[in-house]
Amino acid sequence: MIELAWLIPVFPVIGVLINGLFGRHVGEKAGPIASVMAGLSLLVVLGIASQMIFGAGGSHTVPLWTWVEAGSFSASMSFLIDPLSTIMLLVVAGVGFLVHVYAVGYMHGDPGYPRFFTYLNLFMLSMFLLVLGDNYLVMFVGWEGVGLCSYLLIGFWYEKQSASDAGKKAFIVNRIGDAGFLLGMFLIWTLTGSLTYTEVFQAAPEMSAAMASAVGLLLFVGAVGKSAQIPLYVWLPDAMEGPTPVSALIHAATMVTAGVYMVARTSPIYVMGPDAMSVIAIVGALTGLFAASIGLVQNDIKRVLAYSTVSQLGFMFMALGVGAFAAGIFHLMTHAFFKGLLFLGSGSVIHALHHAPEDQQQDMRYMGGLKDKMPVTYWTFLIGAVAIAGVPPLAGFWSKDEILANAFFTGHYTVWIMGTVAAFMTAFYMFRLIFMTFHGEMRVDHHAREHIHESPATMTVPLIILAVLSVIGGVIPGFPPEAGWIHRFLAPSLAKVPAGGHATDQGVHLMNAAAGGGHSGPAVVLLIILAIAVAVGGIALAWHMYVRDTEAPNRLYERFRGLYRLLLEKYYIDEIYQACIVEPTYKLMRGLWTFDAKVVDGAVNGSSLITVISSRFSGIFDLRTVDGAVNGTASFIRFFSQVFKYLQSGMVQNYLFVMLLGIFVMLSAYLFR
Amino acid sequence: MSNMPLLTLITFLPAAGAVIIMLFMKKEQTKAIKGFATAVAVLDFLISLPLWFQFDQSEAGFQFVEKVSWIPTIGVSYFVGIDGISVLLVLLTTLTMIVGVVCSYTAIEEREKEYYVCLLLLATGMLGTFIALDIFLFYVFFEVTLVPMYFLIGVWGGPRKLYAAIKFFLYTLFGSVLMLLGILAFYFANFKMGTGTLTFDLVELYGVGPKIPLSLQIWIFLAFFIGFAIKVPMFPFHTWLPDAHVEAPTAGSVILAGILLKMGTYGFVRFALPLLPQASQVFVPFMVLLSIIGIIYGALVAMAQTDIKKLVAYSSVSHLGFVMLGIFALNDQGVLGGQLQMINHGISTGALFLLVGVVYERRHTRLISDYGGLSKVVPVYTVLFAITMLSSIGLPGLNGFVGEFLILIGAFKKSYVYAAFAVIGIVLGAAYMLWLFQRVFFGNLDNPENEKLTDCNTREVLYLLPLIILMFWIGLYPKPFLGRMEASVKKVVKMVNAAEAPQKAALGKMTKLEKR
Amino acid sequence: MIPMTHFLVLGAILFLIGAAGVLMRRNAIIILLSIELMLNAVNVTFVGFSRHLADMTGQVFGIFVITVAACEAAVGLAILIALNRDRTMVNVDEVNLLKW
Repeated sequence: MIELAWLIPVFPVIGVLINGLFGRHVGEKAGPIASVMAGLSLLVVLGIASQMIFGAGGSHTVPLWTWVEAGSFSASMSFLIDPLSTIMLLVVAGVGFLVHVYAVGYMHGDPGYPRFFTYLNLFMLSMFLLVLGDNYLVMFVGWEGVGLCSYLLIGFWYEKQSASDAGKKAFIVNRIGDAGFLLGMFLIWTLTGSLTYTEVFQAAPEMSAAMASAVGLLLFVGAVGKSAQIPLYVWLPDAMEGPTPVSALIHAATMVTAGVYMVARTSPIYVMGPDAMSVIAIVGALTGLFAASIGLVQNDIKRVLAYSTVSQLGFMFMALGVGAFAAGIFHLMTHAFFKGLLFLGSGSVIHALHHAPEDQQQDMRYMGGLKDKMPVTYWTFLIGAVAIAGVPPLAGFWSKDEILANAFFTGHYTVWIMGTVAAFMTAFYMFRLIFMTFHGEMRVDHHAREHIHESPATMTVPLIILAVLSVIGGVIPGFPPEAGWIHRFLAPSLAKVPAGGHATDQGVHLMNAAAGGGHSGPAVVLLIILAIAVAVGGIALAWHMYVRDTEAPNRLYERFRGLYRLLLEKYYIDEIYQACIVEPTYKLMRGLWTFDAKVVDGAVNGSSLITVISSRFSGIFDLRTVDGAVNGTASFIRFFSQVFKYLQSGMVQNYLFVMLLGIFVMLSAYLFR
Repeated sequence: MSNMPLLTLITFLPAAGAVIIMLFMKKEQTKAIKGFATAVAVLDFLISLPLWFQFDQSEAGFQFVEKVSWIPTIGVSYFVGIDGISVLLVLLTTLTMIVGVVCSYTAIEEREKEYYVCLLLLATGMLGTFIALDIFLFYVFFEVTLVPMYFLIGVWGGPRKLYAAIKFFLYTLFGSVLMLLGILAFYFANFKMGTGTLTFDLVELYGVGPKIPLSLQIWIFLAFFIGFAIKVPMFPFHTWLPDAHVEAPTAGSVILAGILLKMGTYGFVRFALPLLPQASQVFVPFMVLLSIIGIIYGALVAMAQTDIKKLVAYSSVSHLGFVMLGIFALNDQGVLGGQLQMINHGISTGALFLLVGVVYERRHTRLISDYGGLSKVVPVYTVLFAITMLSSIGLPGLNGFVGEFLILIGAFKKSYVYAAFAVIGIVLGAAYMLWLFQRVFFGNLDNPENEKLTDCNTREVLYLLPLIILMFWIGLYPKPFLGRMEASVKKVVKMVNAAEAPQKAALGKMTKLEKR
Repeated sequence: MIPMTHFLVLGAILFLIGAAGVLMRRNAIIILLSIELMLNAVNVTFVGFSRHLADMTGQVFGIFVITVAACEAAVGLAILIALNRDRTMVNVDEVNLLKW
């Protein structure tokens, strides 16, 4: 089965070709076609996964063809099936298929229907390449490919200026990260002479700490861009301009976690560079806290979820940074389930409200009381929210608790505190969202009220499946904490402490702490109790503020007006970027254009002008002096001939008279001499 | 087969076609003229195909060689041949000629006979430039291309055609005259210090370089540099390019971007590097600096443009900065990447100009602000434009990526600083192209004149299709291309780098002299 | 015997009258007649000298001049007729194309 891995990306290619080339003829059949293709890929993935999980496991390379070969550089188009890519494949293919099915209902009636599914299949293709590649170059192909699809899908409703702006922003910000990724790849190649994972990781223990950190940081720049971490997270909230299934698939479950996957994949290098690890942990923790705080006050349902995604990605990086790679991937998986669920649920809400005015469809202040009208959506949404809040035994608890415990036990107390606060905020804003959307009195526009209805089956079935996964997706692979199945399964793919290798002391410490597993004793129990307390506390506070005492938010607002404003305006980061980076770039480019036209081209035109002027001068000299002598003779003659020509009167008698006169004069002269 | 003068045939077939059109076809028979020109271009492409199939990849030297004495008293011969560096350029030229002829059917409506004559003559000039192995012959062909191009811009161009044509002609002529000086200096230096014979034969002159003192090499390199850098064009010699591109008819722009600019970069690889190895090494920081400035500067200036063609023209400056960066990385990856990027740039920028030509023919405006929301009315065109744009910004899976990647990896190998600056260009490249795409294709269709825009017709799709196929082919499986170039590129790189030791000795001597 | 002086004076007067006619009259026919008068003035002088010198050469010249004058009158009149056909006039001051 594993050697059939090449089939996985082939099905989406077929889907892209059918829907892309014959979209006009396919019409509304595009959705089912694309879904079938995604489903076929999922089948292959399931086959491979079952073989990996129940069979021998291990790591298998599926070579396809030699891609780029130049001198000593060589990279092949090959796939790698190992536990890590298996988990990723399951997430991508599984959530991807569900989102396809969901979108069949959600996008119904959209004029760009075939185009949407072309892009969606293209995305699946790129994501599969990203995950399957056995070297960094193939990963980069997928990496850029998903970026492209993200661009296309965010700007799917291209007539909206904000949508096409958001798409462009996403692509360009991602490109900044990609530049770092590229440089990281170059450094890897210069250090190890290869880009293939197995060869690179074989050479990794030989790297110095500084070089490993440099590689790690450069690659992390790429991850920061793709996975929306500080300072490059700004594109993700804007990306919510895209259709909601896209937000669920690309901007929550799969693409944005590519950075996490990449860092986990590169773990053998990261363990050699503790500095890079520290940076990752700190950036992750900062992002987790920062984005969660913005999420507290947002009113757009999708924006809350977007900031929540940024925050949860921060958690994942926190895990990677403290060396708990398996926990990071675990959280990636559970997050894909519940965040996918939450986004699809919010899509279901938006779908129900599509008769409301454009600017109210996603605004929670114009929702409320939807619980009874949309029971399936409500209950699945609630499950998702409980899961993300970290209440056991739902999925989020297991992975999040592992991350915080690892941060604590590896001595990253600051990171641990930030993570715990962020977890509290997460529980709060998720339930704020639930209460504002589904509870209380209905604030929906009157015309839209009678149109509110539960979504069709193609939308609710994926919700239910994801809800089930959100319930069991944590406890089954993750119990007992730190020693669950997923740890054992992933262990071969992730870095181990090289016995007697050159790993630095801190790296050894980190790895022992993280991979040791099963921290026993009262500390663990205390941490678990604390985590539960934080989750429940957040939920309780939200309940207090938005259900019991609905005046509380206003009082808080009056009290902390400035802080509220700061959070609502997202710390003015977009404005700061606009002022500090975008505007100067515009100014620079305009300035350079003027420079080019005036100075560079001016020099060219100037030199031609000088040539022309000097040629004029020499021309004038030539005309006046040299030619003047020649022409002067001619004009002298012409002047006198002008005078004398009047002698020629044409009157024969005049001539005769003159002749006679002449004869007379001559005779007189002769006679009177 | 080997006895057949294939290269001569390929080179002079278009000229023969031009003569036939000129002498035997009447002005009014425009259909016949177009048909005949197309037939000549297609035939030329077909007979150039054996170059692809019969090319021996393992051979680093010249193949398909022909040599006939021409002016023996000064050592000039008609000496042609190709190696891995030129074979793809020759094929690209013959392919581009078909596209250039076919895309002009409706775009050119006056003086059609003269137009196709010019186009075919231009083909001969360009092909000759790439196959010439005699420096004198090279110079002759190099100059020959100027004349038809001058007429193409000056007669069938836009509103400021005369300005652009004269600027193009004089600027490049200025450069090539200096290049001629350099060629003559090298010729006499060879007579005095090298083989002792009067010869322009490139094969004999290869290897002479290290015997020439560095100080003289530097002067000759500067002369070559100005000649080729103007043609490339490198910053700050680039300003003729936007004007020429904007004013030239579509086919002119395509050929200019696709082939003519490559004559500059090709000149560096074919002449400047192997003939003057030490000087090339000395000039690396300088050349890289100009290349990187070109990459970033070109991209930023492109961003500020309001005219689509001008934007594409400045993007060429940026892309050719990449090519030059790769070439002056002076290692296998860099030069190979640069070589591949020449082909890539020819394909993607050529296609971009074709696409601009398609809408220009319908709307007669190139201002970005006159468009907007086009994806609604012209979906096929939008898809073609999107693919081409993505190839131009180097999306993996398309051709631009492979070239850029190899260039950057080569640059990184030389010095990580070079690569660090050059990757900025990748970010900016995405920025200006996506912004252009957004302004032209996204948003509302607010200009009523655009509503009646018709989508690409079959002919337009047909001449774009080969280019699109090539984009995917090179992007997904570049091996046939890289494989053909590799041996020759390695040889050039070796020639340059082998001279390192004597260069240092020479430098030592120089400094000693200066101290005295 | 008429003295020689009379012949010469008569010839001179006739010649001057003829010359004045040629120079001052505008009608080409009158001018032609005046030319005849000048020729005949010369004839008078020739004949006078012939008689005075008792040499017949002068007489011969006189006859010769009359012959030439006849030819000349014929050519002149032909020109005048052509001129008259072209311009319907024979005034010489209006025939001044040949100038400047």
